[in-house]
Amino acid sequence: MTSPTLLPPPPAAATPAPVRRRRHPWRRALRRDWQLYSLAVLPLLFFLVFRYLPMIGNVIAFRRFSPGGSVFGEYWVGLRYFRLFLADPTFWQVFTNTLVLGTLTLLFCFPLPIVLALLLNEVRARRLKRFVQSVSYLPHFLSIVIVAAMVMQLLSMDGSVNQLVRAVGGEGVPFLQQPGWFRAVYVSSEVWQTVGWGTILYLAALTTIDENLYEAARIDGANRWRQTWHVTLPGIRPTMVTLLILNIGTFMAVGFEKILLLYNPLTYPTADVISTYLFRLGFESSNFSYAAAIGLFEAVIGLILVLGANTISRRTVGTSLW
Amino acid sequence: MVTVAPGTAGPKTPAARPASRRRRGIRPTRGYRVFQAVNAVVLTLVVVVTLYPFVNIVARSLSDEAPIIAGKVNLVPQGFNLTAYRLVMSDPMFWTNYRNTVVYTVVATAISIVLTTCYAYVLSKHQLKGRGVLVGVAVFTMFFSGGLIPNYVLITSLGMKNSIWAVVLPNAINVFNLLVMKAFFESLPVELEEAAAVDGLSTYGTLLRIVLPLSKAIIATMVLFYAVSFWNSWFTAFLYLDQQDLLPVTVYLRNLIAGATGAQSAGGVAESDAVQAAATIQAVTIVLTTLPILAVYPFIQRFFVSGVMLGAVKG
Repeated sequence: MTSPTLLPPPPAAATPAPVRRRRHPWRRALRRDWQLYSLAVLPLLFFLVFRYLPMIGNVIAFRRFSPGGSVFGEYWVGLRYFRLFLADPTFWQVFTNTLVLGTLTLLFCFPLPIVLALLLNEVRARRLKRFVQSVSYLPHFLSIVIVAAMVMQLLSMDGSVNQLVRAVGGEGVPFLQQPGWFRAVYVSSEVWQTVGWGTILYLAALTTIDENLYEAARIDGANRWRQTWHVTLPGIRPTMVTLLILNIGTFMAVGFEKILLLYNPLTYPTADVISTYLFRLGFESSNFSYAAAIGLFEAVIGLILVLGANTISRRTVGTSLW
Repeated sequence: MVTVAPGTAGPKTPAARPASRRRRGIRPTRGYRVFQAVNAVVLTLVVVVTLYPFVNIVARSLSDEAPIIAGKVNLVPQGFNLTAYRLVMSDPMFWTNYRNTVVYTVVATAISIVLTTCYAYVLSKHQLKGRGVLVGVAVFTMFFSGGLIPNYVLITSLGMKNSIWAVVLPNAINVFNLLVMKAFFESLPVELEEAAAVDGLSTYGTLLRIVLPLSKAIIATMVLFYAVSFWNSWFTAFLYLDQQDLLPVTVYLRNLIAGATGAQSAGGVAESDAVQAAATIQAVTIVLTTLPILAVYPFIQRFFVSGVMLGAVKG
C-alpha cells in the first residue's frame, strides 16, 4: 500500500507485531511511512507560512504596529482598536453594506442556479441543452478585471444599457456614479458570472434521482409540478444544503475584488464593505493595526457563520459538510 | 420532468403514450407544452444575455471612437477600423505584461501541481498515522484566514515584494483542488500499489511510476484549474508588485479602466494618439486579454465540469 514493509490492513491487525510495539506508535509510524511523511513536508510548510503565520500575525490587532517595525507590533494595546472601530460610524456603515450585499447575493445567486438547472433539465433536445450549458459556463472563466471592465463599458453613458434607456424615452443614467444603483449593478453582474456555473452540481444531482420515485408519484396522481416539488427538490436537497453552507461561509467576504474594481468615492455610501474599508485603512492610511482588528472581526464572524450553518443543517436536515 | 439518464428518454410522441411510456407526466398536457415554449424562450434569453457583452465589446473594439461616444455601437462595429488594435499592440508595456502573465501562470501552476499532488497523495492514505490532523490543517484554512493585512505584512517582511514569488507562492495550494485530487487517489485500486510494494518499489517509486501515470486525466484537470485561476488573478500582483514592468496583463487592464492611473499605464498610447481614444483602447485591451481564454474554452470546459463533479463526490 504505502511502503514496502506494510501489509494490507486486515492481516496487519492480526499479526502480533503491532501489539508488541504499541508503546511507540509514532516512532513505528515514522519508521514505516517516513517517505509518505516527507512528501507532506513542503505542503505543510506552505500552510504554516502562508496560512497559519498570517493567522498568528493577527496579534497586531492587539498591538501597536508601525510599518517597518516588528512584524508582530511594538507593544500591547489590548482591545483599543476594537473599541475604536465599534465607535466608528463608518465601520457601522460598511458593516450594514456588507450585510445588505451579502444578503442580496445569497438571495439571487443561491436559488437562480437551481431554477436554471431545473429548466435545463426539462430540455429534451440534448444538443440545445449542451449548447445552453456551454454558453452559460463561459463567464465563470473570465478574470474579475475583465468582468468589471465589461460592466463599465456596458453601463457607461454611451454604453448599450443607456442606449436602451434612451430608446424607451428615458434619460441617460450614470449607473456607476450613483449609490442608488450600485447594489443592482453588483448583484446582476454577480448573477451573470456565477449562475451558469452554479448549475453543474445540481444537474449532476438531478441525474441521480431514482426514476421509480417519479413512477410512484405518477401512480399517486402527481402532475409535473407536484413531481418537481415532491421528488426532484427533495432529491437535490443535500446539494442545496451543502452549497448554501458554503455560500454562507463566504457571506462576509462579499466580492471584495469586484467591489474594489467597480466602486468609487461617489458610490461608497452603498458600495463600501468591510473588506474594502479595511483595504483603504491599511494601504491608503497605513493604519495596519486598526485594519487588522477589523479583518479579524470579519474572519471570526465568517467562521461562526459557517459553523452555525453547518450545525443547524446537521440538526434539522441531517446534511453537513463534516 | 425529463431526466437525462439513458433509457428513460423513451418514446415521447403522444401515440406511444400507453403503459409502455416511461416518461413522467400523465400526458403531455397543454400546460406542459406551454411550459416547454416558455422554457425555450427563457433559455434563449439566458444565452443572449450571457453572450451580449462579448459581442458588444468586440463591436466597440472595432469601431471608430466617434460613434462610440455618440452611443451608437451595439452589436455591429460602426466606422470599422483597426487603429485601436494597432495602438495597443504597439505598446511594448502591453506585451511585457502579457509575457509576465504567461510566466507567472506557468511557474505558479508547476509549483501548485507538485505541492497539491504530494499532499493529496499523503492524505489519500487512510491508514497513515496523523492523517486526520493533516486533513484538518488544510480544511481549516477554507473557513478561516489570516486576512489581508497580516498577509501583506508577512509577504513584505519575507522580502517578496516586487518579486515573482509574491505572486506564485501565497496561493500555491487550493484546498478545493486538493480535496478533488485526494478523492481521485482514494478511488484508485489499492491492489496496484500493493503489488508495486511487493515488487520492492518505494513510496516515491510507486507515486512516480504507478500512481501518476494513472492520474494523467486528473492532473490535466488540475493544471487547467490552476492555470485559469492564475491567468485570471490580479489582486496579489496589484498588491505586491509596484513596478510597471512586473505587472501581469490583468493589472495592465485594471490600471487602464481605473482611469486615473490609466494615462500612465497606457502612456505610449495616450501620447501617440488623441486622448479620447480611451473607449476603443479599453475595448481592445479587454478583447486581447479575453482571447486566449475564449480560444481554449471549448476544449477545456468539459475537464472543468468533470473536475467539479469529482470534487462534489467527497464534498
